[in-house]
Amino acid sequence: MGRIADAFENARKENRAALVIYLCAGDPDLGTTADLVVAAAEAGADVIELGVPFSDPTADGPAIQRAAERSLRGGTTLAKVLDTVRVIRGRTDVPILLFGYYNPILSYGEKKVADDAADSGADGFLVVNLPPEESAGLRAPAVARGLDFVPLVAPTSNPERIAQAADAATSFIYYVSMTGVTGSKAVDLASASERAGALQRELGCPVAIGFGVKTKDDVATVAPHVDGVVVGSAVVRTIEDAASPEQAVASVRELVAGLTKGLIRQ
Amino acid sequence: MRYVPRLMQPPEPASGRYGPYGGRYVAETLMPALDELTQAYQESQRDPAFQAELDSLLHQYAGRETPTYFAARLSEEIGARIWLKREDLCHTGAHKVNNTLGQILLAKRMGKTRIIAETGAGQHGVATATACALMGLPCEVYMGAEDVRRQAPNVRRMELLGAQVHSVTSGSSTLKDAMNEALRDWVTNVRNTHYCVGSVAGPHPYPVIVRDFQTVIGQEARAQMLEQAGKLPDAVVACVGGGSNAMGIFAGFIDDEAVRLIGVEAAGDGIETGRHAAPLCAGSVGVLHGAKSYVLQTADGQIVEAHSISAGLDYPGVGPEHAWLKDTGRATYGSVTDDAALDAFQQLCRTEGIIPALETSHAFAYLPTVAKELGPDADILVCLSGRGDKDLETVLEKLQERG
Repeated sequence: MGRIADAFENARKENRAALVIYLCAGDPDLGTTADLVVAAAEAGADVIELGVPFSDPTADGPAIQRAAERSLRGGTTLAKVLDTVRVIRGRTDVPILLFGYYNPILSYGEKKVADDAADSGADGFLVVNLPPEESAGLRAPAVARGLDFVPLVAPTSNPERIAQAADAATSFIYYVSMTGVTGSKAVDLASASERAGALQRELGCPVAIGFGVKTKDDVATVAPHVDGVVVGSAVVRTIEDAASPEQAVASVRELVAGLTKGLIRQ
Repeated sequence: MRYVPRLMQPPEPASGRYGPYGGRYVAETLMPALDELTQAYQESQRDPAFQAELDSLLHQYAGRETPTYFAARLSEEIGARIWLKREDLCHTGAHKVNNTLGQILLAKRMGKTRIIAETGAGQHGVATATACALMGLPCEVYMGAEDVRRQAPNVRRMELLGAQVHSVTSGSSTLKDAMNEALRDWVTNVRNTHYCVGSVAGPHPYPVIVRDFQTVIGQEARAQMLEQAGKLPDAVVACVGGGSNAMGIFAGFIDDEAVRLIGVEAAGDGIETGRHAAPLCAGSVGVLHGAKSYVLQTADGQIVEAHSISAGLDYPGVGPEHAWLKDTGRATYGSVTDDAALDAFQQLCRTEGIIPALETSHAFAYLPTVAKELGPDADILVCLSGRGDKDLETVLEKLQERG
């Protein structure tokens, strides 16, 4: 079992959901990204989704779009993100899921990125615009190197597609809470959580909910139903609003510590 | 590698591959919608009532068929026999309406209650707004802020036609960013909304659907050439941004192996400057907006902004079928600069009394190259994809700069 599956298992033993925190690598800079990952892990994040910025993030709302633009202006590349993972690995064992879009991966080379990601100490891939039909070229070398491949299920996914995702999953399934982009206002997180919970029971595979989960109360709404909760845009906004990199690290530490209070199942 | 047209139209919901190109690289949320669209489209193709309704709209509303015209004075200047397929005479002033009438009819059939579209030059936006007005559906169009500025008359037209135009300020504020924003809208409202894609780009089945709806251009032109010239053309030339007018006219001749198919991309300030919009001539393989094709990108796989005087060609990607046509050699692709396009724009005004769109002017600017290769007895068919009234401000501004 990989580090990500372990993290979900540990959380379950503690009768709580696992907290997955999204950060856009290179926002505000890659050095600070390493500090942010360490701080989030120390504050209680179970898994880090490390965003690899892309010029055309069509599944993301304004907050993550702006973070990606800042990061790219600073010269972030996939290769530099992997270097940063290596740095982070010297400081923490928190599982790191590389999260992004397909073109930078295709450009880097699918087998090469699997090898280099594994060597850097990353734990898996989640590629937003790579549905199961198109994913074999990355999934095979990734899984061969012991990396996780995390599929997505959306509110629009039909039973066949859900089954396909379950087959592809190696640690957990990412359940998109609503039709929309990241950072949108959640329409009805409670009923999305119930649907995701039913899915988790049916598939027997851990499910994490993302999109529109922002606050401790949102986390508390979701936590009783599924094994994982993803918070992204709220973290990115906190970094954006910080006056300095040091303050960004402190604010993220505080935010994550607050979010963990919603994880406990009553 | 030989070009195999039948591969283009998978009989059942499939990946929509053109060799290694095409596919569906989109968020999971959109995948079921693409399946639904594929199925609805295939059913509509088998439904004589749908086909009859579309035919009737194309004839009685859009003004088809459009003429093929022998351009005698231009022929003299170019040094070959030049024939023009007059898509500029379509209702709304460009070929785009062939596709939007088809897609909006299809959207109605699917029970969609809201239409969105992206637009660059505004021609597809106008054509979508027109079809929506005709069929009583609300329409929202995403357009880059830069294009809103340089294609202002088309913004007014869309608004008059009842569409809401969203000015997009992210990224380069052009067509690529308008498409990003349209995709974000679609992922949010996918249940009731049809995304009316304007080119042979995007995830499967869009490249197939848009190509098929534009094939009428090539079918008509082929019959007209046989009737008027008594032969097929030696070459067919069209401008390529996303590539819908080119795919439409190429489709009519694709099985005629002696007919050369030539696409013309926008070289902007010149390929060597890096400021261009020519992914087939100077790009590399990548994935943008749901399909694998040639794109303009950095060594790290970030999409690069395109540059062209023509808003409709100002796009860093191209339809996947063009990528396959290029690799198989069935079509060849060249490029011309902004300056050359401006010269060709003026030449067509002066010699034939026709004001072409700046996009279309790129095809004309490449004619001397083709004529030089094929000789004075060659018959060259050009897709005159749109009229240029929308471009007057841009052209006059540029000409003044030149002095």
